Order: sequence, then C-alpha cells, then structure tokens
Amino acid sequence: MKSNIKELVEYLNNNKPDHKINIMEVCGTHTMAISRYGLRQLIPESINLISGPGCPVCVTPAGDIDSIIEIAGKYEVSIFTFGDILRVPGSKSSLYNERSEGKDINICYSPADALDFAKNNPERKVIFIAIGFETTIPLTSVIIKRAYREKINNFYIYNTHKLIPEALELLLLDKEVEIDAFLCPGHVSAIIGSKPYNFIAEDYHIPCVISGFEPIDILESIATIIRQINKDISEVDIQYKRVVKEEGNPTAVKLIYEVFDKSDSVWRGLGNIPGSGLKLKKKFLKFDAKTYFPVKRFKSREPAGCECGDVLKGIKKPAECRLFSKICKPENPVGPCMVSSEGSCAAYYKYEKLKV
Amino acid sequence: MCLAIPAKIIKINKNIAEVESYGVKKEIDISLTPDAKKGNFVIVHAGFAIQIIDKKDAATIQNYWKEYLGEKQH
Repeated sequence: MKSNIKELVEYLNNNKPDHKINIMEVCGTHTMAISRYGLRQLIPESINLISGPGCPVCVTPAGDIDSIIEIAGKYEVSIFTFGDILRVPGSKSSLYNERSEGKDINICYSPADALDFAKNNPERKVIFIAIGFETTIPLTSVIIKRAYREKINNFYIYNTHKLIPEALELLLLDKEVEIDAFLCPGHVSAIIGSKPYNFIAEDYHIPCVISGFEPIDILESIATIIRQINKDISEVDIQYKRVVKEEGNPTAVKLIYEVFDKSDSVWRGLGNIPGSGLKLKKKFLKFDAKTYFPVKRFKSREPAGCECGDVLKGIKKPAECRLFSKICKPENPVGPCMVSSEGSCAAYYKYEKLKV
Repeated sequence: MCLAIPAKIIKINKNIAEVESYGVKKEIDISLTPDAKKGNFVIVHAGFAIQIIDKKDAATIQNYWKEYLGEKQH
C-alpha cells in the first residue's frame, strides 16, 4: 500500500475510473474529516464522496425530540443525554430551549454518569436518552444490566438506538440513491466487526472498506475501493486494523442481544427501516421510559424547506438545499444535519462553505 | 458521536479501570473488554473501553490527536 498522501493521490489520479463513482461515507466522523482536511479537493473529480446516515443525532426523528420534551413537561424527571442532541430542533422546541426554561435536562459524558446519579438520588426519576449506533449500544446494555442487578428502580432509558447495516441495505434498495461503494464506519465496526457487511459485497456487489479517521486512512480506503472497482470485485476490507478486528468485539455484541431484541425503527429522512432498531427485552422493560412515562405519539414533521432527508440519503449535497447557509446556519440550525458537529451540513458549512 | 480515544490502563478494580490519556487520568468501565490488563492500551468511547489495541497503534492514534488538539488551540 502507498505510504503517504502524495503517493495515494497519485495512485488515485493514475487509476481513476473513467466514469463517475459515488462512495458513501457512512460515519459522521468521516464526513467531518473529509471536509476538514479538504480530501474532496485532493482526489479526482470522478470520485464523488457522498455523506450517509451515520450521524445518530441527525437520524433521530423530530417526533422523538417532541416526545422527550413532552415527558419533561408532564412528569417530574431528570433527563440525561449526550450534548449533541440538545440543540436538535423538534417540531416546536429543542431540549436546549426547554433546559433554558428550567426543565431538568443534563449533559453527561457517559451513560454510567446517569445511572450513578439515579443511584445517588433515589427520590428522583432519571431518564437517559439512549442514542447511538452499535458503538454506543453495548454501553447502554452494561448500565441496564447493572441497574437490574443493583435493583435501581428509578432509572429509565428513552431508547432511540439504531443499527447501521440494516440502514445501508435500505439505501441500496432505494432507486433514487446511487452508491458504488461504502466507506464503512470505524468505531461501529470495532464492535460488530466486518462480517455484518458481507451481504453488501456478496449480494449487492458493492465494495466496503472499514476506514480509520485520519486523512491517510481515508485516502487509503478510497484507493482500496478504486482497486476493487477497477478489478470488478467487491469485498469487505478492513483498513482500520489498528482498532477493528474481523470478529469485532464479541463480548459487546453478546451484551447487546442479552438486553435488546431487534425491532423496526424510524430514521429521520429514511422513514421506517425494518429490523434497524432495538427494543428492551421483556425482562428489562421496567427500564423503558416510553412505557412508564406515556405521552401522546408525535408524528415527525420536517421543518418547511429542510432537505436533511435527501442529504442523509446522499441524494443531495448540503449546498443544494435552499436553506443552507442562508437561513440554516450552525447558530440557527433548521435541520439536524446543521446541528450536530458531525452532521454533513455542519461539516460543509464549517470547512467548505467558500467552495460552494 | 462515535468518537473514541486511546488510553493506557494504570489500575484495575473489578470492572473499573483508571486510565491515562494525554496526561489526564480518568476512571472508565472495562466490562466490554474483559481481557484488558494493567498496562494495556484501550480505545475509550463515552467512558467505556470498547477494544484493546497495540501499544504501537495507540501511539500512532495519540499522535494524530495531539496534532488535532494542537490545531484547535491555535
């Protein structure tokens, strides 16, 4: 393999495909790295990098935000969440605004912090917003098992966890979306390994490369994809061998399915994807915030003019949205892709605005 | 959101380990990496070790992070 960026760029220029190919980077951290390091400008124009649905904050439907706000208003609860989701707009408000209004909404670094708070404050009812893909799901499993074992009865999760491979299959079945290869997420794959992507390479003949997050990692992964395309083969490769093993982390995967069963899940922009979500097993249902703090169900409505849905599917680039950088900016985000630090719109706004 | 950083395990007490990363010490949960031992390097996501990594690879990743953090300060 080429050992430096110059060699990799030369390789790509010398071996570029004679037609345009779309490589979808699935992970929001990849999106940010591609924009930050200007990789789009380094590689031949025929290699088109498009962003996918790999930012958990971005794919959380507005209806979930509305439900959490409703719970915070209707019940005496302390809500804990990762910071990213605070500013995501629901239909009428955001958790950030609700916190400013005095609601008990807290940012935590780890799900364990929320459980510790519940344990130390038995008079409070504590809800952790369980958001994230396979990287984060085993963490939730650990704290649910701990809450069960230690009989912590004032702790709940509002579960929005989602699974990546199922979403990728939906994208491949969508006739509007044109994908020639996937740059697969690094830390999701640290958990699930490379095998869950095999069906994409085998059944859909789409190359998949699990990539690290440095510029040289991403360019090396793109070079591997181009090599596969030029040889007309499709395989799952691990470029991010520093962290990802073929078998992933079997302990973590086992823990996921000790606590959860697969279920359907609604993704912002993509709709309902069968088997792409998780629900707590019956044994752990007493920790389910949706069951214990019932509120009316909100239908997710996208803000008028917001095209996050098409951006999340890679159909449109952020600058093709009419609101981008005019009305929708990081300080006044309309859609979730501008809110999250790893959203494609935020990445384009911060690093590539001048180029659009 | 799936950010993860390398850290060295200094001390282990059951499922909790004290780790050091960039001069900062912190307690993390190592339930997901039951084979982790004192002196190992792990990748940490939201307070949990999610994978054990080689010392050499940890140094590579740490150098990238140092570069990034240095850039953020300027």
